[in-house]
Amino acid sequence: MQESIIETGALHKAFKGHHALNGLDLRVPAGSIFGFLGRNGAGKTTTMKVLMGLLRADSGEARLFGSPIGRGGPDVPTRRRIGFVTEDKELYPYMTVGQIIRFTRPFFPGWRDDLERRYLDVFELPLNRKIPNLSKGMRSKLMLLLAISHGAELLILDEPMDGLDPLAGEDLLRELTSLAATEGTTIFFSSHQIADVEQIADQVCIIDKGRTVVSGALDDLKIQCQRLHVVFEQDVPARVEWVAGVASVRRDGRTLSILANGNIESVLTQLRSLPGASVERFPVSLKEIFLEHVRSN
Amino acid sequence: MVFRLNPSSGVPVYVQLMEQVKHALDTGALRPGDQLPTIRKLAEDLVVNPNTVVRAYRDLEHEGLVELRQGSGAFVRGSTSRSTRIGKRAQGLMQSAIERLVASGLTEDEIRRLFENELTSLLASKIGG
Repeated sequence: MQESIIETGALHKAFKGHHALNGLDLRVPAGSIFGFLGRNGAGKTTTMKVLMGLLRADSGEARLFGSPIGRGGPDVPTRRRIGFVTEDKELYPYMTVGQIIRFTRPFFPGWRDDLERRYLDVFELPLNRKIPNLSKGMRSKLMLLLAISHGAELLILDEPMDGLDPLAGEDLLRELTSLAATEGTTIFFSSHQIADVEQIADQVCIIDKGRTVVSGALDDLKIQCQRLHVVFEQDVPARVEWVAGVASVRRDGRTLSILANGNIESVLTQLRSLPGASVERFPVSLKEIFLEHVRSN
Repeated sequence: MVFRLNPSSGVPVYVQLMEQVKHALDTGALRPGDQLPTIRKLAEDLVVNPNTVVRAYRDLEHEGLVELRQGSGAFVRGSTSRSTRIGKRAQGLMQSAIERLVASGLTEDEIRRLFENELTSLLASKIGG
């Protein structure tokens, strides 16, 4: 079994009675590109803050690189292995791009000059521009450059695509996949852009109200989840004991629309056995899986 | 060759890649002996997870369509006559099916819809097992 680079078990965190994390279980395999999806307020940022020691969980456990996270957050050697990029991080306002890179470099013995050069070039960051004069997209890229160049094995990115135009967004997705391929960096990123996650993630986790609702390999999810339309010649049968794998059933006249999330063959067998039924199968997008699970939660 | 992927469709990206390689073989866009793009290059060009390309290439190799040569890349297998033979036969099958459906009274649109439904259903059943 692949090693987990991030692991949480029954993580709880409440703010004034509001359960931001309500028993969160998470497992991020090393080397994966892991998409962390959820509505606003579902608990994505809180999870990342707990992992980085910015918040302390009320209960449950959390591990980074296999070791439990201590009371003060991850220790310094662990922090060196992680690049954490969030939106509201403040960079020194009186520094230029070049200055902050020179300032940051000595803190990290594992600094990668080659990556620094590559990303300065790819991100087209102007060395002499002061940080407050950078666009939002450029600031994101700068923070990413700093995180990547210090040789992080794990990148934790909170909504990295936020505020980027489609071209800049696509460039970022390309760079992340390239980084994963060449350096083996694990990329754990949160997003509410389902399409971005679908494009590059190999693992996903959908979180809602502080808990994991769906998680696993994206390809497996797409294979296991199918939409089945059943049209009945006469009436829809009144009461059916659905087999395991039937996640939701919606009725529209003489048609039933069923979302199956596993056990497909048994579900099909059951449907075909219903009187007067004709069955059609459709693949299911991640958006549908997301909406279906979050609505019914 | 040109790939058009839809990551938001319910079909996994690696399956789409495989289907498109097979289609390219059928139309002759790819011929035996041709080299497929490297995993790294294809992943970068399409902006998809490299593991997706790896899986597609491995499954294509498993199906005997492609050969992965250590250090050199992925090459299309097989002989030329296969693709022409399949192409001609498929065309014949399609023609006779359409003729029969027209004879049974279906309109062009009905035939097209029927075809799309059956194809989608078949694809869904192939990946669902």
